Amino acid sequence: MALHTHVFEKVVKTVTRIHGMPEARYAFVPQPVMGKTAQQLRAYVDGKDPLSGRPVMQEVIEGLTRPANGDRGKEITFDRSTPRWVEKDSEENLHRLFLDNNWTDKLPIILPTEKRVEEMLARTSHKPDEVVGHMRSNQFRVLWEFTVEKVAVNAVMAGARPEYFPVILALATTGVSARGSTTSSMAAMVVVNGPIRDEVKMNSGTGAMAPFNHANATIGRAYGLLSQNLQGGSLPGDSYMGSQGNNYMYNSVTFAENEERSPWEPFHLQHGFKATDSTVSVFTGCRSTAFTLGVREKYWREHVRNMLRGMDAHSAPTFLLDPIAARQFIDRGGFDTKEKFIQWIYENALMPAGEYWDYQLIQNYIYPRATFGEEPYASKLKAAPDEMIRMFKPEEIHVVVVGGETNGYWRIIGCNYQKTVSVDDWR
Amino acid sequence: MANQMNGSQKISVLNPVGYPPKITPKPMAPRLESLDGKTIYLVDPRFDDSGLFLRQVRDWFTEHMPSVTTRLVEMSSVYTKDDPKTWETIKANGDGAIIGVGH
Repeated sequence: MALHTHVFEKVVKTVTRIHGMPEARYAFVPQPVMGKTAQQLRAYVDGKDPLSGRPVMQEVIEGLTRPANGDRGKEITFDRSTPRWVEKDSEENLHRLFLDNNWTDKLPIILPTEKRVEEMLARTSHKPDEVVGHMRSNQFRVLWEFTVEKVAVNAVMAGARPEYFPVILALATTGVSARGSTTSSMAAMVVVNGPIRDEVKMNSGTGAMAPFNHANATIGRAYGLLSQNLQGGSLPGDSYMGSQGNNYMYNSVTFAENEERSPWEPFHLQHGFKATDSTVSVFTGCRSTAFTLGVREKYWREHVRNMLRGMDAHSAPTFLLDPIAARQFIDRGGFDTKEKFIQWIYENALMPAGEYWDYQLIQNYIYPRATFGEEPYASKLKAAPDEMIRMFKPEEIHVVVVGGETNGYWRIIGCNYQKTVSVDDWR
Repeated sequence: MANQMNGSQKISVLNPVGYPPKITPKPMAPRLESLDGKTIYLVDPRFDDSGLFLRQVRDWFTEHMPSVTTRLVEMSSVYTKDDPKTWETIKANGDGAIIGVGH
């Protein structure tokens, strides 16, 4: 028997159904539980289920005692598949169908005709029917499967040119969804490295993270569309529960690293690849962002610490530095490698233990791990409330150089690095 | 005119949706005939003050169904991780379980 808050009704019904438990028993209390007093929560328990209108505890007791009657099982189709084609129709009606079926990001798409999909498929040596990955919106969902052709269909819809297809295929094979369903409203970030950047004319310079480059724009958009369609949907209130949503989702913050102007080694070299390899790296989170201009001589350390303290303590920082800012950090701190810079950030991202442990996200996701002995969290938990503790682990902190040197701006984006994969494997 | 004709012409396009897995039905645990004299575990997933909520459920049982023994337990880690140890404990020592509040 499970109790949930009422805004999760559709999610609960969907998740129990796809896990083959249509008869699962549940009752609902009002949203939110978080932050309510004991008296307010007791009123929830004594009150009525806001969806059924029946007493909550009556539903709980019946849920534990009433035999299953098999009715909900009739709602399930156990053997499911997806047709290759959509039923023939006019262009206007097909655009409407794609929109109504939530297969788009609500912006106009290119209809995936056979010719367009074939042109996309021609840019990879992999067979159209090769299964290349599985994806889901979060760990409570079941994994959906997809082929090279399915990825190509979504790439066409996004307006991507065929030459981008190896990058898009590589993104799909990460299995990391750009439409993750978290109430925190995550988005993905994509960093491209290596020769492919120039081959498809990606932007790593002025305006790289803005809508001025066809490859940046459509590769990122394709990643979002393929995520929602290949994982079985992304529908608010059902398969997407981001409370506020996140505008970064429109193209998943997709850009190339400015390797030529960076004073440090490229990101993919830090993750086991060679400079001549083409790769794509995926990050998730991308909710909190802080920025400033320059690295000032007198108070640069304090400025960085202030920015780090202002970040969400649960999402580690990734530094996105214009080449000017990167060189300034070298001048100020002597960080002649990214690793030295990361080590300094690790040692200076500090917060009083009492404040750290009181963050709701830390309570939800870190505190339980600390109480059962997982390091380094267990040691942090022993700190006195006013003792300064480290907010992040060094391996969680990352640095990417991007920008056109119109000025020395830089920003910190709170996100979790997921993986780097080869683009060359998908040519 | 040509564009209007093309616009009404029926065309074929491919379906962008991936392939869902087959669903494997899982039977529910047998329901209890009554809760009288039974031990019910209250499982706290440690999310958004769920423990405080379950303490109110425990108090409700104490006041309204005193013959029911409740045991409030926390999941062993974050709610996103399966917790076989706790499930085994409940199977061995309990008659039923209530988990909440979950998303």
